Amino acid sequence: MGDKIESKLLAKKAKVNTIPGFDGVVKDTDEAVRIAREIGYPIMIKASAGGGGKGMRIAWDDEETREGFKFSSQEAASSFGDDRLLIEKFIDNPRHIEIQILADKQGNALWLNERECSIQRRNQKVVEEAPSTFLDTETRRAMGEQAVALAQAVQYCSAGTVEFLVDSRRNFYFLEMNTRLQVEHPVTECITGLDLVQEMIRVAKGYSLRHKQADIPIKGWAIECRVYAEDPYKSFGLPSIGRLSQYEEPLHIPGVRVDSGIEEGSEISIYYDPMISKLVTYGCDRAEALKRMEEALDNYVIRGVTHNIPLVREVIIHPRFVKGDISTKFLPEVYPDGFKGHKLTDFERLELLATTSALYVSAQLRSQRFLDPARVPFAKADQKNWELSVQLDEGIHSAVVTRSGSTYSVELDGKMLNVTSEWNLASALLSVTVNDTQRTIQCLSRDAAGNMTIQFLGTAYKLAVMTKLAADLSKFMPVKAEEDTSSILRSPMPGTVVAVSVKPGEEVAEGQEICVIEAMKMQNSLTAAKTAKVKAVHCKPGVTVGEGDLLVELE
Amino acid sequence: MATLGTVMNVSRYSIVLNVGFKKLLRTSGCFSTFKGVGFQRWCSHTHLSVPERIEKKRKEALLGGGQARIDAQHGKGKLTARERINLLLDPGSFVEYDMFVEHRCSDFGMQAEHNKFPGDSVVTGQGRINGRLVYIFSQDFTVFGGSLSGAHAQKICKIMDQAVMVGAPVIGVNDSGGARIQEGVESLAGYADIFLRNVLSSGVVPQISLIMGPCAGGAVYSPALTDFTFMVKDTSYLFITGPDVVKSVTNEDVTQEELGGAKTHTAVSGVAHKAFENDVDALLNLREFFNFLPLSNRDPAPVRECHDPSDRLIPGLDSIVPTESAKAYDMLDIVKAIIDEKDFFEIMPNFAKNIIVGFARMNGRTVGIVGNQPKVASGCLDINSSVKGARFVRFCDAFNIPLITFVDVPGFLPGTAQEYGGIIRHGAKLLFAFAEATVPKITVITRKAYGGAYDVMSSKHLRGDANYAWPTAEVAVMGAKGAVQIIFRGKENQSEAESEYVEKFANPFPAAVRGFVDDIIQPSTTRMRICRDLDVLVSKKQSNPWKKHANIPL
Repeated sequence: MGDKIESKLLAKKAKVNTIPGFDGVVKDTDEAVRIAREIGYPIMIKASAGGGGKGMRIAWDDEETREGFKFSSQEAASSFGDDRLLIEKFIDNPRHIEIQILADKQGNALWLNERECSIQRRNQKVVEEAPSTFLDTETRRAMGEQAVALAQAVQYCSAGTVEFLVDSRRNFYFLEMNTRLQVEHPVTECITGLDLVQEMIRVAKGYSLRHKQADIPIKGWAIECRVYAEDPYKSFGLPSIGRLSQYEEPLHIPGVRVDSGIEEGSEISIYYDPMISKLVTYGCDRAEALKRMEEALDNYVIRGVTHNIPLVREVIIHPRFVKGDISTKFLPEVYPDGFKGHKLTDFERLELLATTSALYVSAQLRSQRFLDPARVPFAKADQKNWELSVQLDEGIHSAVVTRSGSTYSVELDGKMLNVTSEWNLASALLSVTVNDTQRTIQCLSRDAAGNMTIQFLGTAYKLAVMTKLAADLSKFMPVKAEEDTSSILRSPMPGTVVAVSVKPGEEVAEGQEICVIEAMKMQNSLTAAKTAKVKAVHCKPGVTVGEGDLLVELE
Repeated sequence: MATLGTVMNVSRYSIVLNVGFKKLLRTSGCFSTFKGVGFQRWCSHTHLSVPERIEKKRKEALLGGGQARIDAQHGKGKLTARERINLLLDPGSFVEYDMFVEHRCSDFGMQAEHNKFPGDSVVTGQGRINGRLVYIFSQDFTVFGGSLSGAHAQKICKIMDQAVMVGAPVIGVNDSGGARIQEGVESLAGYADIFLRNVLSSGVVPQISLIMGPCAGGAVYSPALTDFTFMVKDTSYLFITGPDVVKSVTNEDVTQEELGGAKTHTAVSGVAHKAFENDVDALLNLREFFNFLPLSNRDPAPVRECHDPSDRLIPGLDSIVPTESAKAYDMLDIVKAIIDEKDFFEIMPNFAKNIIVGFARMNGRTVGIVGNQPKVASGCLDINSSVKGARFVRFCDAFNIPLITFVDVPGFLPGTAQEYGGIIRHGAKLLFAFAEATVPKITVITRKAYGGAYDVMSSKHLRGDANYAWPTAEVAVMGAKGAVQIIFRGKENQSEAESEYVEKFANPFPAAVRGFVDDIIQPSTTRMRICRDLDVLVSKKQSNPWKKHANIPL
């Protein structure tokens, strides 16, 4: 069943709904284009031996089909050692819903309800939940029964997953069957109470299933966020590497499960999948599970690598997600210009500014507290009011901070906010109450010049806090020119250069492919940002490059 | 005058006086009629009372070379001498000296009234940084380009003398075109007076130079004699002779920036210890830096309130050293994990990167960190890294700052460039510095400690107080391969011999059984161990035999 072409034929035989497509291996580019035209655009090119979105491309016209075919077969060859491809109809606006099954050697099989896995980027799942907000009892049963029928038809024995695409009218089509335990299995375990691994071992040993279909409940709600070492601001997640210099899982929050294979000090390299962990929260209903997920994400300390917490935290609070109005196109639809981080409301902005101002004052006051007896007596500046200037993005705000005990009164743009915290400046997590709202924030960096990076509502914000005097004097500081990035191409991630498509002196058009970088077995095509002549090429196929390394210069 | 409010930072004393003057002026009613500067000056000699003249001189002093020159200074992206002081010191803490001093030159028309500026081309005094005393001078480029007159030098010497007497650091803000040519030898004498004080204060109070504009010719030797020199990117220069003279003498074409800019001195020459983005960034960073320093050699290393638990375990360290001996890792990761709050003020981060030096705190107490950096040139010791390390170690020793040394060193760098350059005498500096240091010395061998470099890096033999080895430590004369090639020259089964050597020597035991390391410790416990040792070593007393001074191989 691991072979997609074979499995599709088998599914048809078992009377499972399948997607229209070409049930065979596509020989070459020309054939790919011919088949694509037959099925009708859009089409999807997939590696026969594929999985995890590798070797998969969507094409909307002949040219994209040709290009997609080329990349997919290369990727398939490098990832799976098998470059066979297949083509099928691409279903617009689909949801990805899968059924967990469990089958024994005696021919018994159960379906353990569904998992909603529609939130994906580059065809890889990032947020999953069980159950789905979309399925009604009938559809669920129909899908479950077809999944079980398929498993029985192939005499499958173990835990497995039958993936379906579900359209807006709840028509469902068989996608593929995964003959293994899947990444997102914990959400099923949460709502059914079954330990899938234990059950797998039992049936492998030859025992028959302990449960009847009627015994399988849907109890509560579970959400899983896949926490990846990747930069969510680049194509919803390009791999990032580094050493986890600090790592604390939010296990102190009730209803939280973290499955991870790494620990503080672990190295995330370009050679393996960049997943850090699976963060699962469980609640009596969806709202509780989501609330806990928010809290868990805020309390998750990951330092040393760029991670996708900003993205997943945004997804789980997005009104469309909260309503359950999602599809596999959720990310590109909600963020057509790419993910840009959390959009602060006016009040959240004030909260962030006030908290940062208070944190600054707290650190400044600490700088004055020397514990050793002084030969020359201290002359502490007995400052009651701290007049500050706080910069966030382009906005510069004036703040006046007054401290009394653990409460900082912050007057910000004419509004008063009370920031209360017993914060420990050495701690990664800072629990703070602004007016009546309790939040956990993280101070990712703080320097002498007042620059701070604060993780607030999942997103890291860069702020600059200065005394009013320093801010006034900063106006005289020269503005340093930033380099023109349109004429230079830097590697957006660490990886290996697979192909360089240009030579110095060549004319390139805007959007033309310049080179291809492979990282974590994904090939990424880098294109020209403008039409220009190639000035210099600083890389060649086979070399390993780091993030930000100069690859090609244009004139 | 609208800008005066921001420019001004008068002492409390003068504020009180000013109020009095305003009353006076209101009653006399003559000030309001003043228009041009010339008229004011004429008036001051004939009609103004003494209090009025004091007031007027103060106002003039606060404006330095005048608003036009202040605007020009701002136009270059630089702050004025007084703005720099105000930003560096705690608000309202500056106490100014010698505001009425004027130059005494009478040649070339310098005696004319319009060529006299109260305070001349430098602002001096004392104040506080986070409540702690500091003496400061700040050269005023708006007055004769900050050039050094006899009076200018005299003002600097006055605060330097007092700083030594009281026992407080001196911060010099340099922004000067050089000698006051009109004064000739008087100006040269002034430089020498400052140099002498720099030398006599060395090791008594910390001296810090901030280069915030040009600093050329003889003037460069004052910063060179101080403990730390910081620069501002793009707006500061240090050189003996400028590009024009260079062209005429050596026929080299070179820009000011290439010859003596911040990048040159922090990455190539090693003259400066760090560079900052702009004036504001530099001054704010200097406040942070100042907090690490004791006020003088009479004071212990300062202890600041600390929130980071001293017994914090760091599980990540147990796996940080790669299993392959040849693979690099970042020593900064280790340093930052161990110190308080990852707060590391690195000195010379861009020069001789194969050694890391800088200030940090352990349980609140300032410590000096020295570490080989395996990521750069395998962490070997060469001429530049030895000199960089030696100077830092001597500063710490002079000012009672405990030293924590992290060792992963494959040896000294071989080659003709190094030998011809004098690696023997330069390497000896680091050896000398560690050996003579009497402050608490704690050493952690993380991996390689090979050959002579092992001895040098604050080994037990050089009076290390607590010397630890991680389980990954290899204390040996050299790497296994090289050793086997010598011991078994021409013999077969070299690879077998190599593994025997690794088994015998490439581990911490040979050193541990001899007591050359005090313990083999779990890396995750390193912070806890060091904090505990430092608490014990607070009362360490050790001295060297009496001498006039030692003779470090310069």
